[in-house]
Amino acid sequence: MRISDKISELRERGEGALVTFITAGDQNKDLTVEYLKALCDSADILELGIPFSDPVADGKTIQAADIRALTNDFRVSDTFEIVERFKKESDKPLVLMTYYNSIYVRGMEKFLTEAKRAGADGLIVVDLPVEEGREYIERCRELNLQTIFLSAPNTSDERMREIDHATSGFLYLISLYGTTGARDEISKEAFLLLARAKRICKNPLCVGFGISNPKDAKSLIKAGADGVVVGSAFINIIGENKGRKETIIKLKKKAEELKDALKR
Amino acid sequence: MRYFGEFGGRFAPEVLMEPLIELEESYRKVKEDDDFKKELDYYRCEFGGRPTPLYLAKNLTREIGGAKIYLKREDLVHGGAHKLNNTIGQALLAKKMEKNRIIAETGAGQHGTATAMAGALLNIKTEIYMGVKDIKRQKMNVFRMELMGAEVHPVKSGSMTLKDAVNEALRDWAANVNDTYYLLGSVVGPHPYPTIIRDLQSVIGKEMRDQILKKEGRLPSSIVACVGGGSNAIGSFHPFLEDDVRLIGVEAGGRGIDTGKHAASLCAGEKGVLHGALSYLLQDDDGQILQTHSIAPGLDYPGVGPEHAFLKDTGRAEYTSVTDEEALEAFLKLSKKEGIVPALESAHAVSYAMKIAEEMERDDIIAVCLSGRGDKDVGIVKERLEAR
Repeated sequence: MRISDKISELRERGEGALVTFITAGDQNKDLTVEYLKALCDSADILELGIPFSDPVADGKTIQAADIRALTNDFRVSDTFEIVERFKKESDKPLVLMTYYNSIYVRGMEKFLTEAKRAGADGLIVVDLPVEEGREYIERCRELNLQTIFLSAPNTSDERMREIDHATSGFLYLISLYGTTGARDEISKEAFLLLARAKRICKNPLCVGFGISNPKDAKSLIKAGADGVVVGSAFINIIGENKGRKETIIKLKKKAEELKDALKR
Repeated sequence: MRYFGEFGGRFAPEVLMEPLIELEESYRKVKEDDDFKKELDYYRCEFGGRPTPLYLAKNLTREIGGAKIYLKREDLVHGGAHKLNNTIGQALLAKKMEKNRIIAETGAGQHGTATAMAGALLNIKTEIYMGVKDIKRQKMNVFRMELMGAEVHPVKSGSMTLKDAVNEALRDWAANVNDTYYLLGSVVGPHPYPTIIRDLQSVIGKEMRDQILKKEGRLPSSIVACVGGGSNAIGSFHPFLEDDVRLIGVEAGGRGIDTGKHAASLCAGEKGVLHGALSYLLQDDDGQILQTHSIAPGLDYPGVGPEHAFLKDTGRAEYTSVTDEEALEAFLKLSKKEGIVPALESAHAVSYAMKIAEEMERDDIIAVCLSGRGDKDVGIVKERLEAR
């Protein structure tokens, strides 16, 4: 199912989308498949991060997850295997999050076709701004992969328009100045950005970075967001390393709590 | 110009895009501004001690018995390295942009020290990110930074060296873009950093050119400089790009290229994107960045400036490497023969210059960028000698 279709469906029901993020290969790839399945009971869209040695847009939680995966000799190709296995059991949209070097080194064509073949519905490339992404955007369009770009609190109106134009699926709004990671409350920048983006953008809007609890998630949906992205809160559960069974129970519970808050 | 051929670019997270555009515009304005140029020149001379001499290393030349070896004495710049050329310029730019906080990464501590100096001079709060491994091996520079009022943040992630210090500085910048200026130390990073820093470091090559013409009435046959990120090298090379002068960059060969324990991105790397630019990188076949090794902390970096990648691919400059051991020998030799203790980074350039001088004619001229002094390295060298 395409990302944008999922969001429209939820909109009709008056629900906000829960986008969950975890890192591929955190612990190992079999467990990643199981964790995705656990999350997808409540999640509407699953975002899967490809580990990178130097994740400059990420805070400590995701950095640690990347290191855990890479220490276990995780390969970029394992990501595609995980996606393929997950997609056999679920048709929920799945988005890959990556740093550009993983695409560049593999070769854009190879990476994108493999991602598509595995069943990915869209991509987020955190360090590929629209001006560097022309070829990428074009190729994704041809392959019917949705291209999710980000906007930050300091993104100008003019720039946001350009980003919106290059975006499909949803536009990812960064709620704060800084990197990913759970925070105790949402900054007022998030609401200002959301209000501005609602005025400017045609794409659905999902807010991420720093969102970890149902209350914050709800307040963003109330303010007009189409969805929220939650990552570090899930990765913290995986990182506690309490064993497969307990991790799955906790992931399910956390996703359920968040999803409940996004329903009217 | 965002690209050097296919290299460079601006591969940055969205939150840094507007700040980078703002930086580009501010720099474009001040670059042509006479007051800015005057101020920069004033501080470089009166505070920094420029121009630095181009010194004929006659003992070394005599002993080798080949080409004349001149040393561009960047080790005599205030702080002990060429780094101040860049930091004063960028700190002045930060002032113009009304940023009241400067952050920087540092490897050897030379850029951190030069940033701390500029911060103290211009009264801007300064914070430095430095890998824990580098903090241990460059203690003196850490203390110098602190003396000048800078706060040093130890970086414990990854290889705990320069690459990781850059990561942390970028994360800090993303969190504090509104009041903070990221003062990058080498010709790496997203556009416009490689251009700004190259322009500021080109003072080295410009002076070198005037000086050699005055002393010898002709240009050198070769210019040799060490390359980590590559700022002293690009600063030395740039004013000679149009001339018939061999340009040679010397990378850190560490324990030998074959061992994999080195930092020679141009000699042994592959194309990739790190820290905002497309260039040559030391990475595995899956695009994960590798840990590097060099005796010289300032060269211990898995990437290199995109303009060097361009000069390599076009063949305008050539790049080679020397090992830790060879650099150490050059360190000892220059100290003993000339009474000049070079930085271990610069000793790489000295080593290669000695190698080629031997095969050149007596009326050939080699200009070596002696990018820094070696006081910071005496601890490392002493340990190595004792371990022999």
